[in-house]
Amino acid sequence: MTPTGQTRVFLVDDHRLFLSGVRTELAGHFDIVGEAVDVESAVEGIRSTEPDVVLLDVHLPGGGGRAVIEAVHRTHPRVVFLALSVSDAAEDVIAVIRAGARGYVTKTIAADDLARAVERVREGDAVFSPRLAGFVLDAFAGDLPPGTSLDPELDQITPREREVLRLLARGYTYKEIARRLQVSIKTIETHVSSVLRKLQLSSRHELTRWATDRRLV
Amino acid sequence: MVAGVCAGVGRWLGVDPIVVRLAACILALANGAGVLLYLVAWAVLPEEPTTGDHDAAPEAIPGTRRGSQLALAVGCITLGCLLLVRWIAPFFPDRIVWPAVVAAIGIGLVLARAGDSDRARWREAMTRLPTNPVEALRGGWMVWARVLVGAGLLIAGIGSFLASTDTLAAVGSVGIAVLATVLGGALLFSPWVARLVRQLREERRERIRNEERADMAAHLHDSVLQTLALIQRHADAPQQARSLARRQERELRAWLYDGRRSAFADAPGNLAMALDRVADEVEADHGAAVDVVAVGDCQVDEHVDALVAAVREAVLNAARHSGADEVSVYAEVADGRIEAFVRDRGRGFDPAAVDGDRRGITHSIVRRMARHGGTAQIHSAPGEGTEVTFELALEVESTP
Repeated sequence: MTPTGQTRVFLVDDHRLFLSGVRTELAGHFDIVGEAVDVESAVEGIRSTEPDVVLLDVHLPGGGGRAVIEAVHRTHPRVVFLALSVSDAAEDVIAVIRAGARGYVTKTIAADDLARAVERVREGDAVFSPRLAGFVLDAFAGDLPPGTSLDPELDQITPREREVLRLLARGYTYKEIARRLQVSIKTIETHVSSVLRKLQLSSRHELTRWATDRRLV
Repeated sequence: MVAGVCAGVGRWLGVDPIVVRLAACILALANGAGVLLYLVAWAVLPEEPTTGDHDAAPEAIPGTRRGSQLALAVGCITLGCLLLVRWIAPFFPDRIVWPAVVAAIGIGLVLARAGDSDRARWREAMTRLPTNPVEALRGGWMVWARVLVGAGLLIAGIGSFLASTDTLAAVGSVGIAVLATVLGGALLFSPWVARLVRQLREERRERIRNEERADMAAHLHDSVLQTLALIQRHADAPQQARSLARRQERELRAWLYDGRRSAFADAPGNLAMALDRVADEVEADHGAAVDVVAVGDCQVDEHVDALVAAVREAVLNAARHSGADEVSVYAEVADGRIEAFVRDRGRGFDPAAVDGDRRGITHSIVRRMARHGGTAQIHSAPGEGTEVTFELALEVESTP
């Protein structure tokens, strides 16, 4: 872990208890420049402090984490977001990722892992928790129905990306995956970023419909 | 004017009630359509829940005076209409006009009672609603007298109409009399019935809301509050407190997010849910956090059940012996087969040199899978953690 200089972090969560917990955990690693508990104050605070990374709760009063990302990116496209949530609801998580978050971790994540994840998104990489990897595998599973116009560049993941995602879902770290596949960590990061890009840009209609469909299985 | 329908319509349209009243009068003069419209509107339009400022105005008129005023008004309107009709159509006889006016006054008296009682109920208790019309009639002898007089007038009106025309004699039929009575009764009670139905519906909606709230409160009490109490007691044993918190989190989440899914699928019969349950049990007993990620899903038959049992064995092993505080479980259903992985970052072991006890467990996992046509492999090295992989071909169609 390399806390080079001081990464400026902004926290957004409507649970003050959790907020103070995260602040304590991250205070040694980062410069916590501000906090907010709802969409409006978050957008305002982020615009005025211009942090490097925003730790963003998926569920927020006033429109959810997604509304914060959309509002901030209109004026400050360089601010990066890492979504953080206790939610298991796939559609909420996917919505925030598609709005532009660079990754998703669950709130049970250990403090060190969270710090590493913040560094990673600051450097422009994507962060996938095992759960998000599972969501993505689910979303890209199976063939598209015949007749759907398919952009192979965006609407499918490569076998190698799939392999990486499966290892992520199995609980492997980037380092462990790199060793197992005998490639560099940078290569793994490239794969994961590529998957994130597809997740955000894919027109694969399952991505929007799949979450609701799945609940009815 | 009579029951506040004009005022109500006026308020709804944003027009001065006087305008609506004038329009109603003109309509009434035209051919009685206004009267009909008025009565229909009274019966059908929902009564405003008169709270605060709204009920000040209507309540200013004392009930009895209101009743007689109303009856008089209805009578006058009817008389006016009928006179108008007679003027247009000269063959329209007097012997129809006067009984109709008497009957109209009767209706007015009876319906005035309905309006009063509704208002009184709204004012006294918004939630307590009558369950039958008889209860609505309870309210002192004055009211009863008025209702009786009204009903008597109505019946007299209908009767004298039938008697004065030749119909009764000519047809001599009881049928017409019965029909007339039924019509009169329907006319009398229809507003009550309509109101009653509306009130019952509102009451039901309120009850459902309350039940949901009670349900939620009961659930939170049984689960979350109990767990919080337990956690406070175990504050000095972090391992135990953490496992309690994780277990509660899992439960609450299942309750919040899986409710709909389980309503549609055979809840205990799904692989993902079976694995969640395994994780739950192991966490409760051993304190290690167990993370389950499932991709795709399928029904549990006896073979899948064996896989779940083997996974459980592996998770238990990891929780007991590895020393890791986190165990990852990943299961994927795709291409007609299930693959599952149980992984920990604990101390690991050398599979070639394990003690007897361990080998027994290992064999039980491997053999169990083999019996059901699947495979299990154990990868481990000292200091590297352990991963157990399972594979099982599905016999039935999967439900991705």
